[in-house]
Amino acid sequence: MKIIFPILCILTAALLSYGLYQALVVAPTEQTMGDVQRIFYYHVPSAWTAGVLFFVNFIASIAYLWRRNTKADALALAAAEVGVVFCTIVLVTGPIWARPVWGIWWTWDLRLTLTLVCWLIFVSYLFLRRFSSSGQTPVIAAVLAIFGTLDIPLVYFSIWFFRTQHPQPVMGNGGSIDPRMLHAFFINLIAFTCFGALVCWSRYRLEVLRRQVEETQALESLLEVRSSR
Amino acid sequence: MSYLYAAYIATWAIHVGYLTYLYRRYKKLRTEIEELERK
Repeated sequence: MKIIFPILCILTAALLSYGLYQALVVAPTEQTMGDVQRIFYYHVPSAWTAGVLFFVNFIASIAYLWRRNTKADALALAAAEVGVVFCTIVLVTGPIWARPVWGIWWTWDLRLTLTLVCWLIFVSYLFLRRFSSSGQTPVIAAVLAIFGTLDIPLVYFSIWFFRTQHPQPVMGNGGSIDPRMLHAFFINLIAFTCFGALVCWSRYRLEVLRRQVEETQALESLLEVRSSR
Repeated sequence: MSYLYAAYIATWAIHVGYLTYLYRRYKKLRTEIEELERK
């Protein structure tokens, strides 16, 4: 693992650099929106990665509730935290794109609102994990995460089932797209997924280490109390 | 063009900020582990 991790970091960095080059230099300028459309090469992969990480959190939360496996709980926390980072990027880059294209930073459109609700649910999940000292915190957090994940299909399908201002998908919907745009999009999608997985894995390892240190500290203080008696 | 750069800079600023936060937490943990080892 000590060798694989740096190699994966280098590969991901190379993919991200290549993706940036493809998005800014190789991909052609979109005719109606202009250069601002290039924001999609970061906005959509970030949304995808956030969705994947929230799904990992969902699976890990179910695993924790089922087996009470502390490693599943650590993975759920790591995935939620990194997912919130990617979701924050979605909520920041979206309005930056919307301002020149729609003329407004934000509208209470269904997809935008549901994405904000999803972000708020997972931020409250992180606050719960951070500030609650109850022994039941992992259980309550796992239940909250499961309900929070139910918001993701609503976010995804909202543009199909409801009339929204958010752009409809170009791919897989009868639309045509320049192959260079498609290439830039998929490279960034792969790069962001790898980057999200690496950061999540690092955060998971940090969480496992933190718990081990806390357990050792608790044991240490217990031994100190015993020896002082 | 400024909107495009703003979006890309914001993305990397958030990522770098989060990675810095993780690195600081890791460093703090390492200090705690060293203290435990000294005991």
